[in-house]
Amino acid sequence: MEAAILARDVRKSYGEVRALAGLTFTVPSGTIFGLLGPNGAGKSTSVKVLTALTRPDSGRAEVAGADVLAAPQRVRRAIGVVGQRHGSADEATGRENLVLQGTLYGLGRNDLRRRSAELLERFGLADAADRIVRTYSGGMRRRLDLALGLLNRPRVLFLDEPTTGLDPEARAALWAEIERLASEEAMTILLTTHYLEEADRLASELAIVDRGRIVASGTPDELKSELKGDSVQVELADAGPHAPVREALDRVAGLRAVQVQGRLVHARADRGATAVPEVLSALESVGVKVASVTTARPSLDDVYLRHAGRAFTDADMEVAA
Amino acid sequence: MTVAIRQSWQVNLRCLRAFVRQPAWVAIALVQPVIWLLLFGALFKRVVEIPGFEGGSYIVFLTPGVAVMTAVMSAGWNGMGFIEDMDKGVLDRMLVTPLWRGALNAGTLLYALLTIAMQVVIIIGIGYAAGASFVNGVLGVAILVLVASLLGGAIAALSNALALVAKQRETLIGAVTFVTLPLTFLSSTFMQSSLEPGWVSAIARFNPVNWAVEAGRAAVTADTDWTLVGTRIALLAALLLAAATLATKAFNAYQRSI
Repeated sequence: MEAAILARDVRKSYGEVRALAGLTFTVPSGTIFGLLGPNGAGKSTSVKVLTALTRPDSGRAEVAGADVLAAPQRVRRAIGVVGQRHGSADEATGRENLVLQGTLYGLGRNDLRRRSAELLERFGLADAADRIVRTYSGGMRRRLDLALGLLNRPRVLFLDEPTTGLDPEARAALWAEIERLASEEAMTILLTTHYLEEADRLASELAIVDRGRIVASGTPDELKSELKGDSVQVELADAGPHAPVREALDRVAGLRAVQVQGRLVHARADRGATAVPEVLSALESVGVKVASVTTARPSLDDVYLRHAGRAFTDADMEVAA
Repeated sequence: MTVAIRQSWQVNLRCLRAFVRQPAWVAIALVQPVIWLLLFGALFKRVVEIPGFEGGSYIVFLTPGVAVMTAVMSAGWNGMGFIEDMDKGVLDRMLVTPLWRGALNAGTLLYALLTIAMQVVIIIGIGYAAGASFVNGVLGVAILVLVASLLGGAIAALSNALALVAKQRETLIGAVTFVTLPLTFLSSTFMQSSLEPGWVSAIARFNPVNWAVEAGRAAVTADTDWTLVGTRIALLAALLLAAATLATKAFNAYQRSI
């Protein structure tokens, strides 16, 4: 299958900060590809490089068969982009935004008028078309952003955290729309997200990004099946020394990949249900009090934990701190 | 080429529509120049009595100066639009399209020229009501509006360039505050240059604000020196072109930095 997006050892730094440290991946034509990672992992920088918004320091990137450095205008003509922030001018009406955007793509007047009306209709914005965007709801603005990104009939669509900040209803509607675009219009979609469930639901293939490089890739099922057994998570009552906890748990048969982070212990077990009482008695024997124990089937969260060596939420917190 | 013109026009339309929907800021932008015009006009009324001052009315002398000053003050804020668009993600959304980068500049500059011309006309009207007269009639006034707009356009372009490089409101506010007032005072806006300290008039010769004030004043007062008017218009036009080119180049710097 022809590659719609190709990145080879792409590097980019901002001063001392290394945003991309050798990013390499391929997106086959006509698929939804998820780029999953915590805040600050390099997802947005990847999108900026691939959409020819900024230049990589080194490496090669091609989109729709055009090189982002050698032929940025060809890349720009072939793609649509929905950024993390609202890209619409909020002091203008929805229709005015579309007309300006269409002019930037060099669409002819009649084509532009027809296409704008069609998209406004399709995204349920026909009645609000001549209202100032500032009066739109969050969901309406997001739909307008999507309409702006689709105006030029792109072959490759970039969605940078498209559902961040949306209410559950608007999120579900957007998911349905994204699936429709991929299946009915055979569009290649690169989606970045830091919602694991979003990647799980939408992406046919995904790559986990951490600290500017891909740490794992494959279909969601492939990634999950790499992990044998269930995850076991123990919340300790107090954050004591890690060594006794680790020692106690090492003695539990069938328990693997024990990681202790503060008051949280992650591990894997062939059968979570049978491991729980053994974990509890092992910890009790060394006098460690337990606040809660949970087990779960493998999730992308666990995949992330395994490949990035830390829990997803912790990685997010690191950036926030 | 026609695509580039359509793009610039749409960018300009966007600014004009925003302006029509919120016209109050024109009044706000005019408060300061009106105060300068009326307050300085009254305060320094007797400047004309200084030996060596040519002409009999300070308001006649002052009006073209304040007209130019209005353009300077108003144009300095032009880059703020880019910074707002950066913060909202509008600028990046436009830069991922294949648009001609210059259209963003050309469109906002056209808008700046139109609004500056309008403000300058209002100031001239207030000056007229306060007793200023304009020899050479409509032609003189038109030249005054032209030089003020050319200067305003150049400053607006520099403001755009600075906005793209600095990406911060604070930097732009600092630059406008620290640059525009000294530039205005280091010119013959308020005082005839032959009566200014030597160092002021020496600096003023290289000050674009002074070029516009001299040409604009010459065009509306007696014994017009048309050579001076012509050369100053040429200098200001060249400055505008250079500033606009710089502002378009600044997009490269912006895109490298994000």
